[in-house]
Amino acid sequence: MSTQLAILPVVVPLLGAPLCILLRIPRLVGLFAIVVATLSFIASCLLLLAVQNAGGLLIYEMGGWPAPWGIEYRIDYLNAYLILLVSAMGAIILVPAQTSIRRELQENRHTYFYTAYLLCLTGLLGILSTGDAFNVFVFLEISSLSSYTLIALGSDRRALTAAYQYLIMGTIGATFIIIGVGLMYMMTGTLNMFDLFQRLPEVHNSRTVLSAVGFFIVGVCLKLALFPLHLWLPNAYAYAPSVATAFLAATSTKVAVYVLIRCMFSIFGIEFVDTVLPLQQIFIVLALAGIFAASISAIYQLNIKRLFAYSSVAQIGYMILGLAIGTELGITATMLHLFNHALMKAALFLAIGSVVYRIGSAQLNHYAGLGKKMPLTMAALVVGGLSLIGVPLTVGFVSKWYLVVALIDKGWWLVVVLVLISSLLAVIYVWRIIEWVYFVPPRIIVDEVREAPLSQLIPVWLLVGANIYFGLDTTLTVGVSEAAAAALFGMLP
Amino acid sequence: MNIIGHYNYWIVVILMMIGFYIVIAHGNLIKKLMGLSIFQTAVFFFYISIGKITGATAPILDPDFELYSNPLPHVLILTAIVVGIATTALGLALVIRIQEAYGSIEESEIQDQDTQDQMECQLEAYGYQKHSMMSVKTLDE
Repeated sequence: MSTQLAILPVVVPLLGAPLCILLRIPRLVGLFAIVVATLSFIASCLLLLAVQNAGGLLIYEMGGWPAPWGIEYRIDYLNAYLILLVSAMGAIILVPAQTSIRRELQENRHTYFYTAYLLCLTGLLGILSTGDAFNVFVFLEISSLSSYTLIALGSDRRALTAAYQYLIMGTIGATFIIIGVGLMYMMTGTLNMFDLFQRLPEVHNSRTVLSAVGFFIVGVCLKLALFPLHLWLPNAYAYAPSVATAFLAATSTKVAVYVLIRCMFSIFGIEFVDTVLPLQQIFIVLALAGIFAASISAIYQLNIKRLFAYSSVAQIGYMILGLAIGTELGITATMLHLFNHALMKAALFLAIGSVVYRIGSAQLNHYAGLGKKMPLTMAALVVGGLSLIGVPLTVGFVSKWYLVVALIDKGWWLVVVLVLISSLLAVIYVWRIIEWVYFVPPRIIVDEVREAPLSQLIPVWLLVGANIYFGLDTTLTVGVSEAAAAALFGMLP
Repeated sequence: MNIIGHYNYWIVVILMMIGFYIVIAHGNLIKKLMGLSIFQTAVFFFYISIGKITGATAPILDPDFELYSNPLPHVLILTAIVVGIATTALGLALVIRIQEAYGSIEESEIQDQDTQDQMECQLEAYGYQKHSMMSVKTLDE
């Protein structure tokens, strides 16, 4: 059992997904999915402990085949931490899903929702665990195909076009990634990431490797919705079922950021990437452009899910900014923001999901007067919003603090100023929500709107609690982020 | 000499560009999916052709031969083909549902309908904001 630990978080939901189809009874399937996701979560907790005991690196050989031939799972602090995050989100979000899905989806589609959800979880955890470049592509497609399905399940017809658009962009991105992997295979004859890392320096001056870097990075940037490639994201998040949005927003782009970090550090090596591509400059410009353009778009949105979708694009900008700094502190900031942003967005989108459950709409103008009707849900929305801005005592503050410290350490004062100004834009869009919720009198007095059911309130407040707890006690998050960043730089020759 | 010698790459690049162009230029959702398929198939060709070694035979162990082509890219592409089929199937299923919901599979017509929906939402919100300052009557009219 303990020797198989590295693969358990991936295999459990993979086996659970087809069993969901066999079970068929919607309520039972929902409970079963929770059990599966929880098992996967427990396995990933044990995995992080095992990695700690093993001194920071756990290697699992699939089917007993040794590394360059067989597929290898390489778990270090970086991915153990993210596996824990993704499986925790996967388990928590399934709890409110039980009620939320009943309201937003037709009865005969519930089973398929849970199946697609578990497959998506499998894909994301697989990308995080694997140490094989082609395997990344396969798991990426598993998670992408199931997320297209999840988005298309939304009740608005625009969900269909959003899913179609994402399918086209996502497939182009994934195909770029296999072109990159193919070019690397051509030059080195290996697909194992660690092996690639060791063999690529011999062929660094070939043009094939240069184009491999280009294809791979552009493909991953499409998946993580870096600014000019983010067009699929706002609609996909806005029209997917609320819980699906919460899950995707909390996990999928984070996993793509992980692939980018892995590719830059553990496949090509950061020094090589920096010499062949002016990646630092490209990333700073795109990240800052993304932060400003997306935050300003967010201010003008009427649909609150779309508003937070644009804010997600902006937050990805902060993560890429940390990566662009290229120092250990910068990577620590990126890792922290990955974790913290997942907590914020999951809390926010679940709170919105509760509102959709009660009033059936995510239009901001329908939120008027909800401050009195759903005080607890709205309070959660406000705390989540404050965390997004980066107010002290919340997680948002911690990651912005580390980002600013990393920027100052690098001496980029102009960027520091821009980051602080961009936080003010977040104040504007969060304030717009607060204004509608608490200060605009409701047009129609609807008495039957009540507080969200407990099964939705508890997960939301659990996440809000995490937002505050990790804002106060940063030993776990900062500790693991620093260990992960140190391990990445430790790989450098 | 070299240019002709690399003919497999030329075919791949041309096919890839044709596919990519169709995805970008066409407004018809099914044509876009066809372009996407061509794009993916070009990558399959690329993988398969790099496995070939000049003068080598199929990778079946036999005492008469010593040089074999590399079978691994073929196996990888088997996986990629399955993924490609799944993508196309899902895409076509979405197109069917889009046709049912919008009555069209032309991107421009779908966008027009979406813009109209968007406008209605905005008007509603705007009318509402006006109402909170003025009277109920102005809104009803």
